Amino acid sequence: MKSGVALEAATAQAAKAPVTPDFAGFLAAIGRALPSACILARAEQTRAYECDGLTMYREQPPVVVLPEDETQLIAVLNACRAHHVPVVPRGAGTSLSGGATPHPQGVVIGVAKFNRILKLDPERAIAVVQPGVRNLAISEAAAPHGLYYAPDPSSQIACSIGGNVAENAGGVHCLKYGLTVHNVLGLRVVTGAGEVVELGGEAPDAPGLNLLQLCVGSEGMLGMVTEVTVKLLPRPELARVVMASFASVERAGEAVTRIIAAGVIPAGLELMDQRAVKLVEPFVQAGYDLDAAAILLCESDGTTEEVCEEIGRVEALMATAGATRVQVSASEAERLRFWAGRKAAFAAAGRISPDYYCMDGTIPRRHLARVLGAFEEMEATYGLACSNVFHAGDGNLHPLILFDANQPGEVERAQAFGAAILELCVEVGGTITGEHGVGIEKINEMCVQFTRAELDAFAAVKRAFDPQGLLNPLKVIPTLARCAEYGKQHVHRGELPFPDIPRF
Amino acid sequence: MEPVLSRFGEQVAGARAAGRKLVIRGGGTRLFYGEPLPEDDSFEWLDLSAYRGVVAYEPSELVLTARAGTPLAEIEALLDREGQMLAFEPPRFGAGDTLGGCIATGLAGPRRLAAGPVSDYVLGTRLMRGDGEVMHFGGEVMKNVAGYDLSRLLVGSLGVLGPVLEVSLKVMPKPRSEVTLVLALDEAEALRRCVQWRSQPIPVSATAWLPDGSGGQLSVRLSGNASAVREGVEKLGGGVLDAATACAFWLGLRDQTHDFFNQRPLWRVTLPPGAPSLGIGRELHEWQGCLRWLTGMHAPDALRAKVRKLGGWASRYRHDGTSDASPVFHPPAPAVIRVQQRLKQQLDPDGVFSPHRLYPDF
Ligand SMILES: Cc1cc2nc3c(=O)[nH]c(=O)nc-3n(C[C@H](O)[C@H](O)[C@H](O)COP(=O)(O)OP(=O)(O)OC[C@H]3O[C@@H](n4cnc5c(N)ncnc54)[C@H](O)[C@@H]3O)c2cc1C
Repeated sequence: MKSGVALEAATAQAAKAPVTPDFAGFLAAIGRALPSACILARAEQTRAYECDGLTMYREQPPVVVLPEDETQLIAVLNACRAHHVPVVPRGAGTSLSGGATPHPQGVVIGVAKFNRILKLDPERAIAVVQPGVRNLAISEAAAPHGLYYAPDPSSQIACSIGGNVAENAGGVHCLKYGLTVHNVLGLRVVTGAGEVVELGGEAPDAPGLNLLQLCVGSEGMLGMVTEVTVKLLPRPELARVVMASFASVERAGEAVTRIIAAGVIPAGLELMDQRAVKLVEPFVQAGYDLDAAAILLCESDGTTEEVCEEIGRVEALMATAGATRVQVSASEAERLRFWAGRKAAFAAAGRISPDYYCMDGTIPRRHLARVLGAFEEMEATYGLACSNVFHAGDGNLHPLILFDANQPGEVERAQAFGAAILELCVEVGGTITGEHGVGIEKINEMCVQFTRAELDAFAAVKRAFDPQGLLNPLKVIPTLARCAEYGKQHVHRGELPFPDIPRF
Repeated sequence: MEPVLSRFGEQVAGARAAGRKLVIRGGGTRLFYGEPLPEDDSFEWLDLSAYRGVVAYEPSELVLTARAGTPLAEIEALLDREGQMLAFEPPRFGAGDTLGGCIATGLAGPRRLAAGPVSDYVLGTRLMRGDGEVMHFGGEVMKNVAGYDLSRLLVGSLGVLGPVLEVSLKVMPKPRSEVTLVLALDEAEALRRCVQWRSQPIPVSATAWLPDGSGGQLSVRLSGNASAVREGVEKLGGGVLDAATACAFWLGLRDQTHDFFNQRPLWRVTLPPGAPSLGIGRELHEWQGCLRWLTGMHAPDALRAKVRKLGGWASRYRHDGTSDASPVFHPPAPAVIRVQQRLKQQLDPDGVFSPHRLYPDF
């Protein structure tokens, strides 16, 4: 098959050792284009950039550049192309998949100085912002007009909107209000080839191929985002949350199924297993039921009347699903208290354990009980504890593996545990990442989730935007050699080890 | 591999080897959309209609997977039984409508502005490449960022990147309550109100404005929980349309059976919210003023320049029986075209699939 061969050859070529970067030439070129204050090359200046939120991977970059505007950014990217210098785009550096981990021979281009809200149009409920603007800053700017930006990753006080676009970030409210991809109307991007392109825009249905949504979630591998147009929503008048306890994870899963089957799309629907509850309760004193095998938090928002109507419905559904305790937040303070534990899950893990590893797989929810059961067995296999918080509405699991990096072998065991979790997600028909991205962390698991043909198609997309392969090289798309070395094969659909999965 | 798929694979690989072009079709009800097909025999059909059937449907996970040739009507009937729907309200042009055609054209109906585009609901796809190999992107889960989002890229691609064989969709519960209001308003006032509602918690799920003798009429559909709809009705005022009339009215717009759609040529213009009247002849507005259907013999370049200045796009939607040398779709900026062209070359290096359907030049 000719084209298969051609594609493989092309991939092999892209994977071939790239032309050696001409660093001196690069530095001279950017020195002419940018004020010297924008170029950080001393070790003490670049140390802060050696990792992102996935601190297991560290690499001190030879140089960090912080351009002040798009013209300077283009000059830096042009110099990178001319001198074959790899580029790692960086927002706030909160990525949990090593997406912003520096390249040993590359430049980190930070968008920290792209921090202005260019337009906030309250009447039309649209904002145009630069990529370095923090997620929460958009909602803060919109608040006086009764508006907000819906996607709310837990990292929202720190992470940048450009990073959110690159990772297609989600939050606890994305079941009802969508992910980043559903809330971004337009992007301005400088492609790896050096073109400035405006994708999407305020008018719906831009003609041609859907490059806008292709770029969302592309992990900084296709281009650098320099402007983001987002839609804003009216802030709901009221939000209330129902907290319910269950005697088993299955029961809690069943309650989720009933809520959604009844046509309710809650603003948030989160599950915590008993380990997670026991982990957080001592820190937040939210009043969680420590005897429950699982706790469900179900939020309703909207107008006052609407919320009352929906909360009544949810309470009844929880009861029929066998909840052992049901509480409804009676005040805003109580609502926040119910949520506090869920929000503090990572922080609590950090306080109880020297290190933790946050995973991010998605599964069809009907497999929840089986998957959590398998995690328990894995705890024994790897000798590490794991607690689970779960975006139950959309099947996105966040197992937290607790470990101590100072104990010999624990890092490796945590990584192996994590890999086993992700492989199980693929096996039951899910995915290796729901919202944190592949980065460098999950590159091996890409070999499990995708066939060579599929990985080749990703490489083809990359070449269309970035023919020299300079943006975030070595991330997301594993080479043939890498998959061979990892030695695990894509699980073909027809050969799923679960012939009993109910099929329509 | 399933026998039907092997057959497709052989046809695709054979066409590629012989240097023939394939134009992909399902039920053929949407072939009017896009650049006209050549009248000679320079291409052959790749007919996906035999590859049909719902593969999986999990109402409580809000996910449905079906093969490209599945009749849209079959899918909608199935969803209906569970009180669910395709939130983007795709138009139906006839019994031949297939899911594949719906995805390849990416056309959404009256709920577009409230619900988002068709691509917002596409979770996964299977795509055949030029050597007949089948690739699977995305999946059956709501959140998935492994690899690039090729599934969403395929929505509206008119087959130029290859045949979409299977699609997983996010489906939504039907609203509990729906009311249509009618307000007598001229064009400018109707546009003004539509924009105002964007920043207010009013569950507007569709709007339509049509001129009449005394100015015009704005129809507004509110959908959601009973109480939210009731509150919306109080805020908006106007007359309530009886349910049967309302249903027929929105169906006429959704399926484009309303008289307005019989006119030729028919232009489809999309504009940013709040864009003023184009002031060039009879218009039908939908999508809170962001979609304007236009008729009349407009000079394409002049119309497009005017629309672009307002931030929008103009395509010749129905052009049967009219001849025109300009492209059917509003040409994007040259840099954007270049990237699209490279993407086409990369994903379909031999140029086998549906050439010239999206752009005359590739
Ligand atoms: C405590 C904690 C909680 C978190 N909770 C969530 C959560 O609830 N939901 C969720 O989705 N994520 C969550 N995250 C992950 C992370 O915050 C998100 O992935 C976020 O979107 C990253 O944004 P950033 O600005 O930090 O990007 P960075 O980490 O700087 O970069 C992320 C990726 O984007 C690329 N990039 C950055 N800026 C640009 C640009 N302008 N143009 C092109 N590419 C660019 C980088 O190269 C990299 O690949 C959490 C992280 C932490 C530490």
